[in-house]
Amino acid sequence: MELKANIPAGDLADMWERHKFDMKLVSPANKRKHTVLIVGSGLAGGAAAATLGELGYNVHCFCYQDSPRRAHSIAAQGGINAAKNYPNDGDSVWRLFYDTVKGGDFRAREANVYRLAQVSVNIIDQCVAQGVPFAREYGGLLANRSFGGAQVSRTFYARGQTGQQLLLGAYSALERQVAAGTVDMHPRTEMLDLIVIDGQARGIVTRDMVTGAIETWFGDAVVLGTGGYGNVFYLSTNAKGCNVTATYRAYKRGAAFANPCFTQIHPTCIPVAGEHQSKLTLMSESLRNDGRVWVPKRQGDTRAPGDIPEAERDYYLERKYPSFGNLSPRDIASRAAKEACDDGRGVGPGGRGVYLDFADAIKRLGEDTIRERYGNLFEMYERITDENPYRVPMRIYPAVHYTMGGLWVDYNLMGTIPGLFVIGEANFSDHGANRLGASALMQGLADGYFVLPATIGNYLGGRKFAAVDASHAEARAAVAQVKDRVARLLAVQGTRTVDSFHRELGKLLWEHCGMARNADGLRTALQRIPELRAEFWRDVKVLGTGEELNQSLEKAGRVADYMEFAELMCRDALERNESCGGHFRTEYQTPEGEAKRDDEHYAYVAAWEYAGDGVPPILRKEPLEYEHVKLATRSYK
Amino acid sequence: MSTPLGFAQSTVGRKVIMALTGLLLVGFVMGHMAGNLLVFNGPEAINGWGALLKRSALVLWTVRITLLVAVGLHIWAALTLTRLNQASRPVDYARRVPQASTLAARLMRIGGVLLLAFIVFHLLHLTTGTIHPGYEFSHTDVYGNVVSSFQVPWVALFYIVAMVALLGHLTHGIWSFFQTMGWSHPRLDTIRRTIATVIALMVSLGFIAIPAAILGGVLR
Amino acid sequence: MNLTLKVWRQPSGEARGRLVSYAAQGISADMSFLEMLDVVNEGLIEKGEEPIAFDHDCREGICGSCGVMINGMAHGPMAGTATCQLHMRSFQDGDTIVVEPWRARAFPVLRDLVVDRSPLDRIMQAGGFVSIATGNAPDAHAILVPKEAAELAMDAAQCIGCGACVAACPNASAMLFTAAKVSHLGLLPQGQPERDRRALGMVTQMDLEGFGGCTNYGECTTACPKGISLENIARMNRDFRTAALRARPESAGAGGAP
Repeated sequence: MELKANIPAGDLADMWERHKFDMKLVSPANKRKHTVLIVGSGLAGGAAAATLGELGYNVHCFCYQDSPRRAHSIAAQGGINAAKNYPNDGDSVWRLFYDTVKGGDFRAREANVYRLAQVSVNIIDQCVAQGVPFAREYGGLLANRSFGGAQVSRTFYARGQTGQQLLLGAYSALERQVAAGTVDMHPRTEMLDLIVIDGQARGIVTRDMVTGAIETWFGDAVVLGTGGYGNVFYLSTNAKGCNVTATYRAYKRGAAFANPCFTQIHPTCIPVAGEHQSKLTLMSESLRNDGRVWVPKRQGDTRAPGDIPEAERDYYLERKYPSFGNLSPRDIASRAAKEACDDGRGVGPGGRGVYLDFADAIKRLGEDTIRERYGNLFEMYERITDENPYRVPMRIYPAVHYTMGGLWVDYNLMGTIPGLFVIGEANFSDHGANRLGASALMQGLADGYFVLPATIGNYLGGRKFAAVDASHAEARAAVAQVKDRVARLLAVQGTRTVDSFHRELGKLLWEHCGMARNADGLRTALQRIPELRAEFWRDVKVLGTGEELNQSLEKAGRVADYMEFAELMCRDALERNESCGGHFRTEYQTPEGEAKRDDEHYAYVAAWEYAGDGVPPILRKEPLEYEHVKLATRSYK
Repeated sequence: MSTPLGFAQSTVGRKVIMALTGLLLVGFVMGHMAGNLLVFNGPEAINGWGALLKRSALVLWTVRITLLVAVGLHIWAALTLTRLNQASRPVDYARRVPQASTLAARLMRIGGVLLLAFIVFHLLHLTTGTIHPGYEFSHTDVYGNVVSSFQVPWVALFYIVAMVALLGHLTHGIWSFFQTMGWSHPRLDTIRRTIATVIALMVSLGFIAIPAAILGGVLR
Repeated sequence: MNLTLKVWRQPSGEARGRLVSYAAQGISADMSFLEMLDVVNEGLIEKGEEPIAFDHDCREGICGSCGVMINGMAHGPMAGTATCQLHMRSFQDGDTIVVEPWRARAFPVLRDLVVDRSPLDRIMQAGGFVSIATGNAPDAHAILVPKEAAELAMDAAQCIGCGACVAACPNASAMLFTAAKVSHLGLLPQGQPERDRRALGMVTQMDLEGFGGCTNYGECTTACPKGISLENIARMNRDFRTAALRARPESAGAGGAP
């Protein structure tokens, strides 16, 4: 396997424009002859399906939810970045590009990031035209805010529901195409395998989640917009249904998986309440604009927060990072919280929590101002914890939130299997080792609305596609394998529930491949995961049949993939002997406890190639070259 | 949808028909009530009013037919919508606890049926005089008809009960009128209910005053 | 705490269903309602009984997947809260909780508590959009939107499409859902060119799907986890009425994309 990034030659600034001109076009009359299968209906998949439909392609779009409007993009709260420079505060495409590369700790591809920053501008125009109700100033212009410690105000938002509004915009465009007959929407349909024929991605195998029917779909290209794999940790801020199956199945069919160890831990989530916890809820990062993070100075201090005098509190972010303080980037804030708790100074049940205190802000600005800014978040917090954050400090703890790793793609967003395109969180391309706040929505929509619709034409144009159908040997084999797997899951009839396995795997990963990793821990995990996997296949209990709505079976299939994927993650983490962004190896840190990157040896994308069951995957490296942004140590002190 | 028939087929269109006919009927009952109160001014006043109303057959029958058509459309809309609404939930909940709906809203249908029965009775009773329990009906002596009929306790009570039903019907109906016609605004919303309640109370209490006064011996 | 659940069990759309009692024991007040169902399901699986199927996804009150009738109330007793955000501290030890699926002719049960809400998608297809294709939209600042209009539009646009309004309505009407989208776009300048078409198309589709009509009970807005107000229904009624009056014969039966 060769990793050809296909970055066009020439200057960064007009690279994308020129590339768009150089790419092949598909004539209007021929577009409807090309069928494109799009898996996932979030910001990336939904936007792509709508746009390709508008262009005239024959699109099939699949989602596991009962409606495309429910994809997990909907849960993003904070906002979407764009280099509009409306506030005239010095922003530019170049600055957004620079910030994103630096924020990603120099593990992203410059050309992709630059294009992302360029396209960000069009996204806002597009969304406004669709009727997305962004926040406005009294003059009727769009409001902007600074987000996640950015030094410019480039974040557009719709209250605390930006993801929802952007997704509903894409969804409405998608439904318009469904009505027009250009897109066939297949909800409650889960992709279980990729069909590769003559080296090209030509189809998928799905399971109808209501009837259980295993079906095949064929097209000239397959697009995966299936999101991230954060749920491998069991507890994450992802929706319960988010899974790695589509991308992992593609990996097993030959698509390289890049940087799987790059996961983002979000610092401000509501802590775990007990063993029953099924998911974690994020509290918007904007809270850190006014809240102060602290823990007691003394270990095992069980006094109520109000009884701890000022002198006995450790405002550790302000102490360690005086210039960024409570607004330090996500990875840094998360790790600092973990250190405080590891040190025995955590608060709340189980000691896994730190305070986010608004007392000072309330004193300074008044309760009304705080209510105006964060009212809905405070309500949500109280609904979940039964504590009033106006009176008692919030308790927060980091949680898995986003995965920067994903299927490897070239500049055209095509994976290592020709005809397989990967967009949004599902690919690895733009965020390096750490994603900045309000950049996920930007990337999803950039890929879906603007990049993929241009690049897919280049692939489809001038290529001949032989007709394929379910009778093809590869298709038959894929279907047989899917059916066999379903049958095997049902046949185990063991004693443990799927969730109990998932929980155990999650704990193991969180322990050894979470916020901080080290070689010993990763080796332990690499030894333990295959054992747990074997136990899963020996002892899992899935009731019911495959020919009905069977939620245990759906979960079992996903967990089975996590059981394999977790190993890939740990392997990647073990191989990367440096600390960068969300990947913190405790062996590689400065004396002050900061991440120590090793640009000399690790300035590359680690893309893993599947080599068969029981055989270690092959590591392929795409070297990263920084011509425009000077490699530097991130410092937020 | 661009045809009146298409409009009337939609649920929203039928609600508009119900609202507009309802408005007409509210106007009618307000006038009717005001005229009725003349009974307190003695036989001449009310009998004179009765005679005036009947002076032109053309006007009388135009009004009557308009009212009949309005009632007919009102009932048609209610009936077809009710049928649709009932069909829209073929399997009911084992348990459903109303959270917001007012009693008036929930009694709308049964109240409507009661009012229909009342109207039929009322027409046979005081318009055509077909039913006249315990007294002789006169086509000119409105005062006499009213007083002698309401001296029969069950008749008076039936009228009072019907007017309580009207109170409920109008309270929800007038409020609904604003909503259906799309006249909603935070400032209007606070007074919509008040307007509805005041009109409903005025109309029903005005009507009730007469049988009550007769039963209580104030009018004789 | 220990609770008794009476849950609607129905193996498939065609099968007959019934309420089945389960004991939910050792439930913590800090669990969400769905976590409580998870615990019950784990117990059922261990006993060899098939778990209760229910729709859910984000579990943070925004995706709109979850939603069941809890003791006769859509999304349960807490106002402004989706089922996933309802916590067990809203209940008392020893309570009996009746759990039923959304009930409407337009929402057939697929299994247990899972219903088919695709009619809501089809209502959107009938006009819940601004017809612009991707690319070359005018600069975002070229369209001025008064702050108040943007806020009102956002109030309506918050709808999560869970279907609680339909479930709570005595008539199983989808007016609040439909009105939220008609209002959202109708309040913004971007939505004006298609305002009539949208109102006509979406209301017509809503009727075709077999939902009931609105009788202004107000149950929908009370059940709505996002508190979408009845003002939206009034706005849709007005838009529909004016659109129907204005419509010219050739543009009859709006809806759909070009």
